[in-house]
Amino acid sequence: MASLNLLLLVCFGYVALLFGVAFAADRMAAKGRSTWLRSPLVYTLSLSIYCTAWTFYGAVGYAARSGLEFVTIYLGPTLVMVGWWWGLRKLVRIGRSQRITSIADLLSSRYGKSNVLAIGVTILAVIGVTPYISLQLQSITLSFSIFAEADPTRGYHEDSSVIWVAAGLAVFAILFGTRNLDANERHHGVVMAIALEAVVKLVALLAVGIFVVWGLSGGVAGTLARIDASPIGHWRVDGGRWTAITFLAAAAFVCLPRMFQVMVVENDDERHLRTAAWAFPFYLLLMSLFVVPIAAVGLDLMPAWENPDLFVLTVPLSQGREGLAMLSFIGGFSSATSMVIVAAMALSTMLSNHVVMPIWLSSRKQGASQSGDVRKVVLLARRVAIGGIMALGVLYFQLSGGGAALAAIGLISFAGVAQILPALVGGLYWRGATRTGALAGLGIGFAIWLFSLLLPGLGNGLLSSKVMAEGLFGLGWLRPHALFGIEGLDPIVHCVLWSLTLNTMVFCIVSLASFPSPLERLQGAQFVNIYDHSAGPRGWTGSVAQSEDLMVMTQRILGAKDARALFQREAALQGGRGHLPEPTPAFLERLERQLAGSVGAATAHAMIGQIVGGSSVSVQDLLAVADESAQMLEYSSKLEAQSAELSRTAGKLREANEKLTQISLQKDAFLSQVSHELRTPMTSIRAFSEILRDTEGLSQEEKRRYAAIIHDEAVRLTRLLNDLLDLSVLESGQVSLNVSSGPLSQVLDHAVSSALPGDGRALTIHRNREGEEMTLRSDLDRLAQVFINLIANAQKYCDADKPELRIETRVEHDRLLVDFIDNGSGVPVDSQALVFEKFARVGAEKAGGAGLGLAISREIMERLGGDIRYLPGQGGGAFRVVLPGRGKMAAE
Amino acid sequence: MGRSVLLIEDEPNIIEAIRFLLTRDGWEVDTHSDGTDAVEKVRAGRPDLVILDMMLPGRSGMDILRDLRGIDDLKTLPVLMLTARGQARDREMAEKAGVSRFMTKPFSNAEVMTAVRDLVAQASKS
Repeated sequence: MASLNLLLLVCFGYVALLFGVAFAADRMAAKGRSTWLRSPLVYTLSLSIYCTAWTFYGAVGYAARSGLEFVTIYLGPTLVMVGWWWGLRKLVRIGRSQRITSIADLLSSRYGKSNVLAIGVTILAVIGVTPYISLQLQSITLSFSIFAEADPTRGYHEDSSVIWVAAGLAVFAILFGTRNLDANERHHGVVMAIALEAVVKLVALLAVGIFVVWGLSGGVAGTLARIDASPIGHWRVDGGRWTAITFLAAAAFVCLPRMFQVMVVENDDERHLRTAAWAFPFYLLLMSLFVVPIAAVGLDLMPAWENPDLFVLTVPLSQGREGLAMLSFIGGFSSATSMVIVAAMALSTMLSNHVVMPIWLSSRKQGASQSGDVRKVVLLARRVAIGGIMALGVLYFQLSGGGAALAAIGLISFAGVAQILPALVGGLYWRGATRTGALAGLGIGFAIWLFSLLLPGLGNGLLSSKVMAEGLFGLGWLRPHALFGIEGLDPIVHCVLWSLTLNTMVFCIVSLASFPSPLERLQGAQFVNIYDHSAGPRGWTGSVAQSEDLMVMTQRILGAKDARALFQREAALQGGRGHLPEPTPAFLERLERQLAGSVGAATAHAMIGQIVGGSSVSVQDLLAVADESAQMLEYSSKLEAQSAELSRTAGKLREANEKLTQISLQKDAFLSQVSHELRTPMTSIRAFSEILRDTEGLSQEEKRRYAAIIHDEAVRLTRLLNDLLDLSVLESGQVSLNVSSGPLSQVLDHAVSSALPGDGRALTIHRNREGEEMTLRSDLDRLAQVFINLIANAQKYCDADKPELRIETRVEHDRLLVDFIDNGSGVPVDSQALVFEKFARVGAEKAGGAGLGLAISREIMERLGGDIRYLPGQGGGAFRVVLPGRGKMAAE
Repeated sequence: MGRSVLLIEDEPNIIEAIRFLLTRDGWEVDTHSDGTDAVEKVRAGRPDLVILDMMLPGRSGMDILRDLRGIDDLKTLPVLMLTARGQARDREMAEKAGVSRFMTKPFSNAEVMTAVRDLVAQASKS
């Protein structure tokens, strides 16, 4: 019987071998001789960390307990690899082009670089994976205990051993996973080591299988007979569980942080996926090949109390095959350690990048000043995180009692991690998916998983039996295993059904209802249409920095003179060969700083990056450039708006000023006119009154004549004043109209008799009495005033030998037209537009009016809602008066 | 010293008043009421003084004054200008154009008479 000491020695030796391999691989990668390290075979083998102690030990136990159902665990990943390899290729492409470091980073990046989402996914992943870590601890502890029971020389305590195992694995993971801090988070050494472990565990399981089939059962036929005899042959297939678990395994294969690490982050070439698509399912097939035979033989040979999870170990031991048992132990150890290393690496990266670093950076005022500083903090954070993750595993192990079947624990983890799936797939294929939607979906799914699967699995400590039986808060529909009243389902199926259904629904509904930020939109487009935005796999092209191109670009930004001065200074600093400096990193850095002052840091970086080649311009660079340009645009459009506003205001002022000037000129002209019109009669009045006063011996005839002149001029003055007041009232709009009804003929009669008082003068008037027979409703006095003015004008200005005036009335388009046409020579064409202006006496100066009559008439007609205008081409002076609505007022 | 006055004015009542006043004072008064041919009238009539209204049909008094001052032997002819427009700018313009005396309507009869006598006396002295 092998002693525990020998076992430990073998373990340490094995670990030392792994270190050696990892170290050598890292050395080779550093030297650049790494072509075979990056082979599709290594990639495929690294994927085998999917097969943990669960599949190594647990699958046999699973088969012994539930028959063929264990196949679902292999079926899920196989379906993904064969049926969704193009989806994985998209993931890998995105991971490379966006420099993704973890699954939390992927979701955060997709949903607008949301740190909240990253933290959420990290927490979910840590809690979700905890049962899984605990599973590894449990399996190693159990396997140790098998050897310890057989070795009486040494006292062995299971409780303390789990802590020792956890501590050992933590140290192991820290040494492997956090030796160096690679910028792109790739670990060639680790990948190589886990590839080796993949081979070891496969060989160990195959060896046990071959021994069982050909050593114990006498060949395939004997084995089949044993299987038929065992209960495994009689298990019937539960469709619900099969579907649910196959789906879970598929989801977990994509969403598990450690799978994402090896599949996406550690991927060197997306073409490797093509190999892995058939090679990995083949690996799984080999791993599962002997599960049923080992389980059947174990059930047949071993006592009923023996834990079927350990048949892989106990069957060889019971047959005295210590060497085989040792190999089997190393296989199980390999399965557990490879999983723990990669999971711890992935989780600690997430924790340090998304939780520790943001807190640390915001707690420091200046931010990261020295890179060495940050490096230390990151490494420390990762090491502490690994310790914490292992501690959580131990805690779960102790809370759950450490007695559950390995497969049951694993499924709890699968269900937890699968909550990431809707947000992940949605993010890859649906541009409308939003951060809020992803957060909401994850939140609800995570909560249901916690409540209906994780917490009930932790025994009575966390959820009381009362809650289990009667529901949360005593609500029957909140029973953890019968949510919303759905009873009788298997807990796993129940949890998966509710958590993923609600998760997906909430994710979709909230996404539709919320609006993505610009960054989310852009990232969404980048992710969904990744093949449009990124080139296929290719290496870096050699960087050919072009000093001349840099010079041209710099000239464009800084101006020719400054650019030349800068380049000459740099060339002198470098030793002065020619006037173009070599594009050394130091020079490029200084140039970038210089340009940043003019065009913004991001733009400067992107421009230099494009010329120097080497680094392609990342989406982040472009986004920053877009931000800067947007700010500049906003600023310039603000300026533009301001200047437009200014010129508008200036225009308005100019217009107002012009108007004022015009009004002022008009006023001056008007006052001047009024002054003239008033002073002229006053001059006569004064002169003749002085003559009457001062002259002696005036004849009676002379006295009467001069007094008559004074009288006439006084009347003229009065009339002028009246007109002025009338016009002023009309123009100010303060006139009150006296509306009444009456026949048009009467208004015209009144006008004619007023305009031509006393004995008939020379003017003959022709009227159309029939047309005038209509009733008007208007201010008839004002209308008569207009008519009087027109008739009086005709009398004054008509220069015909026998002056005649025709007054014609007719209705047209619901308007009343009254035309006044005389037989004189009319108003000269160039004066027609002026006749309605104040004091615009045209032609005969001596007519005696003040020149306000037509101006007043125009104002009156406007008040009455009508119009008055000159009618050209009538053969004489012609005016038309228009009244609306047959004389009805518009204002009525 | 002659005693002839040419009155260029378009208001009949004002013409009658001024003619009455000057005739009684012993002046020989000729009148003209159109602006267009006023300059010709002055050159033909050779009056000792011109009374010129500012606002005339055809041509403004200001333009007539400028024309008169542009004729060699009329540069010193006394011109009494009358205006009914009350603007200070008119006075400035008239003085610049070489008016002898500028009076605003309504005027006092004595003022006009004194101005006519003074202006003709000044002109005959120089």
